[in-house]
Amino acid sequence: MAKATFKIWRGNSEGGEFKSYDTEISEGMVVLDAVLQIQGEQAGDLACRWNCKAGKCGSCSAEINGNPKLMCMTRMNTLPVDEPITVEPMKAFPLKKDLVTDVSWNYEVKKRIKKFKPRTPDAPDGTWRMQQTDIDRVQEFRKCIECFLCQDVCHVLRDHHKHEEFIGPRFLVYAAALEMHPLDTENRLKDLKDDGNIGYCNITKCCTKVCPENITITDNAIIPLKERVVDEFYDPITKFLKLFRKK
Amino acid sequence: MSEYQTFEHDVLVIGAGGAGLRAAIEASAAGVSVGLVCKSLLGKAHTVMAEGGMAAAMANVDDRDNWKVHFSDTMRGGQYVNNWRMAELHAKEAPDRVRELEAWGAVFDRTKDGKILQRNFGGHRYPRLAHVGDRTGLELIRTLQDHGIHQGIEVYMEVTVIALLKDGERVVGAFAYEREHGRFRIFKAKAVILATGGIGRAYKITSNSWEGTGDGHSLAYDAGAELIDMEFIQFHPTGMVYPPSVRGILVTEGVRGEGGVLKNSEGTRFMFDDIPDNYKDQTADTPEEGWRYTQGDKNARRPPELLTRDHVARCIRREVKAGRGSPHGGVYLDIAWIKEKLPNAAEHIKKKLPSMYHQFKQLADLDITTTPMEVGPTTHYIMGGIRVDGDTQASTLPGLFAAGECAAGINGANRLGGNSLSDLLVFGKRAGEYAAKFALENNFGTFDNAQIEERARWALEAFDRESGENPFAIQNDLQEMMQDLVGIVRVEEEMQQALEGIKDLRERREKISLTGNIDFNPSWHTALDLHNLLNVSEAITLAAIERKESRGGQFRDDFPSKVAEFGKVNFIIKKGAGGQMEIRSERIPEMPEELKQIIEEMG
Repeated sequence: MAKATFKIWRGNSEGGEFKSYDTEISEGMVVLDAVLQIQGEQAGDLACRWNCKAGKCGSCSAEINGNPKLMCMTRMNTLPVDEPITVEPMKAFPLKKDLVTDVSWNYEVKKRIKKFKPRTPDAPDGTWRMQQTDIDRVQEFRKCIECFLCQDVCHVLRDHHKHEEFIGPRFLVYAAALEMHPLDTENRLKDLKDDGNIGYCNITKCCTKVCPENITITDNAIIPLKERVVDEFYDPITKFLKLFRKK
Repeated sequence: MSEYQTFEHDVLVIGAGGAGLRAAIEASAAGVSVGLVCKSLLGKAHTVMAEGGMAAAMANVDDRDNWKVHFSDTMRGGQYVNNWRMAELHAKEAPDRVRELEAWGAVFDRTKDGKILQRNFGGHRYPRLAHVGDRTGLELIRTLQDHGIHQGIEVYMEVTVIALLKDGERVVGAFAYEREHGRFRIFKAKAVILATGGIGRAYKITSNSWEGTGDGHSLAYDAGAELIDMEFIQFHPTGMVYPPSVRGILVTEGVRGEGGVLKNSEGTRFMFDDIPDNYKDQTADTPEEGWRYTQGDKNARRPPELLTRDHVARCIRREVKAGRGSPHGGVYLDIAWIKEKLPNAAEHIKKKLPSMYHQFKQLADLDITTTPMEVGPTTHYIMGGIRVDGDTQASTLPGLFAAGECAAGINGANRLGGNSLSDLLVFGKRAGEYAAKFALENNFGTFDNAQIEERARWALEAFDRESGENPFAIQNDLQEMMQDLVGIVRVEEEMQQALEGIKDLRERREKISLTGNIDFNPSWHTALDLHNLLNVSEAITLAAIERKESRGGQFRDDFPSKVAEFGKVNFIIKKGAGGQMEIRSERIPEMPEELKQIIEEMG
């Protein structure tokens, strides 16, 4: 059986360092298996989050050899094992311990986005009718497992630390799912402009690249939302007509 | 005494999967203050792993469906040891609970006329599972989460409860620690709801996450509540078997619902070889008829791959034992074959089963649209749990309620796929409603600090040992032992060995020593969880020994047949006066005439 060396970040908000661990690699193993093996055999207090181990819960986000990924979906045979594999916590959030970061900011942001508000049921049985073609796009957004890797790579958050001003790709996708929901009647465009600062996104598509659910974040969610915001607030013709209407 | 941070809520919900969230929403709607404690981050609970859908007789796809058919399917699947009242309420209320989710923003797949689409699943007579591709659990939990965060519920993430607090017999709160710094927390509550999910981590091969350590079962038991039906564990027939590191990860029954077939190494569809008598009338005679059923032909009967999970799991085991298994000890699940029947089959499969496609592609380098999967049984669900009243979800202790997987009754000896998600909603709602009612009628109780100090000392003692046992090693040994000795096929002698083994492991647990400090220390968390795993393992084993017959999730090699007398009883587990585990049988209450009639009419 092959051996691999892992350099795992150990530390807390006050500081830390990479520590090296050698561990056996067996067939089909993913990085999370190796980390848990190290935890079980050599470092019982190595902190990491995980739950489903099948890419469905979005708990085990980390940066593996510098790439933001889910540890449970990163197979060892996709990494070069002749050199040490680094595993570090996400960088856009404060560190709690080792691989565990404080992602509570994300939960606060979500609360600020106006909730789903359906139109009055209009089918004879007191519910609604929706066509599959009308919900395909929303279903794409609702695949999101909230791993926050898109937030992690967004330079507005990662490099410029605009957490107070910008809601990040995850919540633009969340808002898009609500705005494009065929039953929803709420309007979130002003909030997206003023509170979410959607304009900060300059479409570098880093978020789309790292999404483990392959959601087309930039093209399908952010750009259409930007267009809607522009139409509502900056379109000269609409602006002119609105002016006219007021009189 | 030490000063621990204390929180007060009218209703405290422990567990934030589907049942806990639904309970919290309902209690909050009744106007009481609600605290929701979750072991992980919000929205990560095991509910996200549910794939196939939630069963509700909405009759959107087949208008012959109604609650009576669903009720009789559930009772038949559970081999009639179910709590019939729960099965009745569940069948009646599930459709409303699904529609409510839609009103809260869930986006289910649609029928051509724009209604919620329903799919076929094992043991359900008609297409009944509302679903979103094969990620229905995620849709459910996210919908509840996104609705719940606007209801004024206080959420405590990454907090683990280690004891229920009591005022005499009544439960009046919980004692917990937060993960980040290991600080203890006291939660005072007028009513407590347990919604902690399952016990899968007691077994080596499981579809469950690390959280499934039977916390609610064990907390209730330690507090003096009764457990019921603990011998009934569901081994899901189709878990991944290869590569080794993914062994146990679930492969949704939806694969078979969409036309997937099971084959052995000789290429035979072995499920046709053994069809139980009580399902003969409902099962297809030929592969052709089975295929037509999966494609919506109302005159066709379902293929034998969609028999109940207990039966399919045993058939797979039989094939493997007889030397007709796949190279890695499973059998073949083939959905790729539908290309013989459908144009664009590959696209169809990716659309209907996107997570499965993704999962196999990424974890096993296998394209399910061209190649059969290797699958085998995996520990998936426990039918047994905290004994509750069918209407109110009240446990046998005042002030303590339970809902979801940790509660028991609706499923009897075997759960039908899809009944879990609807169970969470129906009984989560009921638990929330009745816990709120209890809270409005009662004051906060009092508890003596000795309970807390004793538990705090117990929780911390492993830090004081210089050297000793590794908690992860004990957990591994327990998992191996339960897998080998109290697994799919059971015999008395092996289970007696397991009881001895549990005793040894309990002693080893007392000798655990930990490295590192108390901050986010998984070895400490594992050491505490082990107490719960050992409690549930013992309960499972004791109950499995007592039920000297084979029924549903319990298969006894030494008693391979069903025994009519055992069909009339449930086994109840309770902590004895001396602290030892006690078991007794109790007769199942007589079913009312109208329900009996439904079962007779439905055949």
